[in-house]
Amino acid sequence: MSRVVTRIADSLVQTDTAPSTQTPAGPDTAQASVLEAARLALARDLRLAFRKRDQLVQPLAFYAMVTMLFPLSISPELSRLREVAPGVLWAGALLASLLALEFLFRDDAYDGTLEQYALSGQSLTWLMFAKTAAHWLLTGLPLALMAPLAGLSLGVPAAALPGIVVSVAVGSIALSLIGSIGAALTLGVKRSSALLALLTLPLSLPVLIFGARATQLAISGGPLLAPIELLAALAVLGLTLAPLAAAAAVRISLE
Amino acid sequence: MTWTWFHRLASPPYIYTLAARLTPWFAWPAGLLIVAGLWGGLVLAPPDYQQGDGFRIIYVHAPSAWMSLMVYTTMAIAAAVGLIWRIKVAHAVAASCAPIGASFTFAALVTGALWGQPMWGTYWEWDPRLTSELILLFLYLGYMGLRAALEDTQRADRASGVLAVVGVVNVPIIHYSVTWWNSLHQAPTVMRLAKPEIAASMLVPLLMMLLGFTLFFVAILLVRLRGEVLSRERSASWIREVVSA
Repeated sequence: MSRVVTRIADSLVQTDTAPSTQTPAGPDTAQASVLEAARLALARDLRLAFRKRDQLVQPLAFYAMVTMLFPLSISPELSRLREVAPGVLWAGALLASLLALEFLFRDDAYDGTLEQYALSGQSLTWLMFAKTAAHWLLTGLPLALMAPLAGLSLGVPAAALPGIVVSVAVGSIALSLIGSIGAALTLGVKRSSALLALLTLPLSLPVLIFGARATQLAISGGPLLAPIELLAALAVLGLTLAPLAAAAAVRISLE
Repeated sequence: MTWTWFHRLASPPYIYTLAARLTPWFAWPAGLLIVAGLWGGLVLAPPDYQQGDGFRIIYVHAPSAWMSLMVYTTMAIAAAVGLIWRIKVAHAVAASCAPIGASFTFAALVTGALWGQPMWGTYWEWDPRLTSELILLFLYLGYMGLRAALEDTQRADRASGVLAVVGVVNVPIIHYSVTWWNSLHQAPTVMRLAKPEIAASMLVPLLMMLLGFTLFFVAILLVRLRGEVLSRERSASWIREVVSA
């Protein structure tokens, strides 16, 4: 692990000092080094997560448990569960991704990696983008792959499962991006989880609305392209703006 | 044209005395307009032919709902000014806005619920406007929560400023998605009033209340701003001069 960090640090330092000490590099090389740094940050986050698997497992276990609460509290009849399944699937995914936000910056803030990122001279926006992408690969995508299991346990017909996977996969991109802003803003706040929920959930409600709608249409066999496109629009908006806001928030938190 | 008048606004001692001087110029017209608007709305305006006297709560409800959005916009603009030009006074304005806006939002929700009971037969209906308003209340609470959680004033200013700007981008998205959600789910049981031609005797008091609430907000904002500036500059020497004078 320390070797990984050193490698990134080296690459960051090299790319940092290169343009300032020598003649200004052309736009192509600067671009490449930005992408290279982002790629290294992404690879580092993935590798760390696969070595410490609780980050992968805990949100999924949480999702399964939230799903289990509803048959126990509403009714074990599959016909009734099928009616509430979109809400259960999406509320569960939203809560699980909220829980997973803890992992996004916390360890990096503790051990100083974030400070190194901010000081590296690399575009912090791109590094935030890479970290969020890693976070989505580690939590959003597994949640999307887990959603069919949760759906089947709620009596959702098998034909609806592909639609559910796509909607959760696309929607969780937007959730990770919105969450990255909230997680960056609450860095260094003690006992921040309730505050993080208060900041993130209101902003995530459009994702919940469109995602649950897509799931509902998938179950009833209706045309679900429109809500999925809206989810994709939210994800694109998030992709363009959220890393900027998250980078600004990280800088503020590190001051 | 010189910009000195604008730059002076960023100076805490100047804004402190200016706010003190301006407050009565907003507070008195606000009081007069609200009293006149209430008299016009509660006494002079005729009862509605469908809703009877129940519609009169609009004279408090509509201005509150209007202010809840306007205060959020003001807060986000002030926060953006503070972030971009690093003006501390702008952050103080944003910080002073939040509790006022949350109160207006709360008032709009409570009056909406009170109106809903006789008109819809229920205190709460998952109507898009009520739901959006509730989400707006959560946005205010999140802003205030973040501000309270960060002890360093500068950091709280800038972090909550980013949140306010992110929020203002999201408010229209939230509003339209909630409207869309509602139009899909809600059976049309709720009495939908077509927009009738509102009589002048009902409209004039409403406009007076709108203007009155706006001026009231400015007056309260100026008072809160002075408190905010005082607490931020508590160790500055000009405070002693102002207080002893």
